[in-house]
Amino acid sequence: MICAGIDIGSITAKAALINGKDLLGTLVIPTGYHHLNAGIRVFDTLLQQNGLSRTDISFVVSTGYGRASVDFADKTMTEILCHGAGAHFLNPDIRGVIDVGGQDSKAILLDDQGRVENFAMNDKCAAGTGRFLEVMARALEVALDQMGEVGQKADNPSKISSICTVFAESEVISMIARQEKRENIIAGIHDAAAARVANLAAKIRIRGPVMMTGGVAKNSGMAAALEKRLKLPLIIESFSQETGAIGAAVLAAGTG
Amino acid sequence: MSEKPVDTTKIRSVKKMRDLMTTYYLEALSAGQNNKQVAWITSGGPVEPLVAMDIIPVYPENHGAMIGSAKMGEELCAKAEEMGYSFDLCSYARADIACSVEKGGPIGGLPRPDMLICCNNICGTVLKWYEIQARFYNVPLFILDTPICHTGYTPDIAAYVRAQVDEYIVFLENVTQRKLDHDKMTQVGKLSFEGQRLWQKVLNTTAHKPSPMSAFDAFFFLALIVTLRGTPIAVDFYKELIAEMEQRIKDGISSIPHEKYRLLWDNLPVWHRLKWLSARFSGHNACLVADTYTSAWCGAIQYIDEDNFLDSIAQAYTRIYLNIGVDQMADQVLDMIRFYDVNGLVMHSNRSCKPYSFGQMDIMKTVREKTGLPVLMIEADMVDPRSFSQAQAETRIDTFMEIIKQREA
Repeated sequence: MICAGIDIGSITAKAALINGKDLLGTLVIPTGYHHLNAGIRVFDTLLQQNGLSRTDISFVVSTGYGRASVDFADKTMTEILCHGAGAHFLNPDIRGVIDVGGQDSKAILLDDQGRVENFAMNDKCAAGTGRFLEVMARALEVALDQMGEVGQKADNPSKISSICTVFAESEVISMIARQEKRENIIAGIHDAAAARVANLAAKIRIRGPVMMTGGVAKNSGMAAALEKRLKLPLIIESFSQETGAIGAAVLAAGTG
Repeated sequence: MSEKPVDTTKIRSVKKMRDLMTTYYLEALSAGQNNKQVAWITSGGPVEPLVAMDIIPVYPENHGAMIGSAKMGEELCAKAEEMGYSFDLCSYARADIACSVEKGGPIGGLPRPDMLICCNNICGTVLKWYEIQARFYNVPLFILDTPICHTGYTPDIAAYVRAQVDEYIVFLENVTQRKLDHDKMTQVGKLSFEGQRLWQKVLNTTAHKPSPMSAFDAFFFLALIVTLRGTPIAVDFYKELIAEMEQRIKDGISSIPHEKYRLLWDNLPVWHRLKWLSARFSGHNACLVADTYTSAWCGAIQYIDEDNFLDSIAQAYTRIYLNIGVDQMADQVLDMIRFYDVNGLVMHSNRSCKPYSFGQMDIMKTVREKTGLPVLMIEADMVDPRSFSQAQAETRIDTFMEIIKQREA
């Protein structure tokens, strides 16, 4: 039985196909303005890549902020349960998940079955999310996917004290004006964002092994800053960005 | 075979309650023409002496709730900010202060007060808020200071508050130039006690499965025990409401169509999102059956001696839910979890209400440890919609319900 998960995030749309314990494939595309179209595109392209058609799929679960727009899904689930299920599928030992996505970040506590015991999400604020890093990357004229690498070269990380993304951006701009080194500013940004996320993790008293998921897991600088704050190693799978979609497919298999 | 449709007939008493509140506000608004005096009083303040002295009590906080429900909070709060008040100030205070200047809101502002009665058992904000209003209206202000009982009610606190109750009566006698009729005071005290007893009984009906009403209904029916406590109107109304609830239980009428999960709510309501929240939860077959907020107006009833009312209210008004230690608050939450037999706790982290929201993390921890129940925290504000993000609340509520469903499966 082949099941699909579709995760419509604020920045990217992800799809995953699983058959029993096998992950058949995943795909990530930009979400754009139209959630449903993004869902259709990411799903159909992935099917095509795997030589499948919609009739081969037994059950579809959608998740993410655009979950309700995916009208062809059999069921919607929140991304928290999906990230939990996805992390458990990828590594059954995982007890803590830290998901940092485009517009929110969350810390999730799992039991040994991959069920969510507790969770915490960022509040009405972009600090500690992918959007925060995006804004900063633009201010510093660094490609988003280069942030991690550049930040790792810092010799004396800057200190960003503002919690708010907008204020932090002003702070960064004044650092640029003072000609602080870009590497140091970036390391400071990672640490500021990591502090916010670590705060969520502390709220639920996260325990290891911890997996980091979401698009921001691809940023090595952010992951390193977070490990330092949490005093715990983070397990990052190559499918970190698609974990929610994989989890949706896992939950689809459990329901369908 | 189709399922028998579930009877969720609306509660009949809603109309009567609306009429009573309309009459109450009309009387208050026309007090001046009828040679009656108006006192503004904080929601947790001792209103009974006012009733006994024929002074009309008016509650800026109840008015704040009306402003929130009418979705007029944003405009009034923004107006207060333009006047120089901080966004961090309580939205009831901001809305009330702006309303005094603008004469805005759903009823065109409250009637002008002849005096202000401020009891700080609910928070510290009311002190400055009432001082501002006392200056604005140029009227006398009485402050009843009730120290927080972190661990218990000490003899020092008892003597300190009891002395102020006497000062309160002297204050009222000075402002009105009339003496308190002690027989009438006794009578009002008995009615207040009876009203609180009946209100608790109304709330107790939701222990029944399925619940005949929800916390959202309680938020509405609460207005009477707040505003008309100590009058026969509240007593008579709650008797009728209890009868209606008992009949609903007998007839199998429930608050939501398919009550499968029962939840407890903590903190003030999000007045501007009542319908939305109710629908969101009931979409998951979850009914918010009880809350820590509405029971605050009968939670200290064990300290009231109806035959010795003025002596006993010092204790009863000092030991209310918001004026006790976090451990004791947690104990009350645990009692409610058991009594109403709920599947989870929903906490509203209310940007406006600091004393209510402070300590929620500890209460959450205690509840998790002692019951293992899932606890949800929603960030919002009782009146100001700018402190609420619907998409985020949606995800949190849905996740919380998914966790409960997984647990109960």
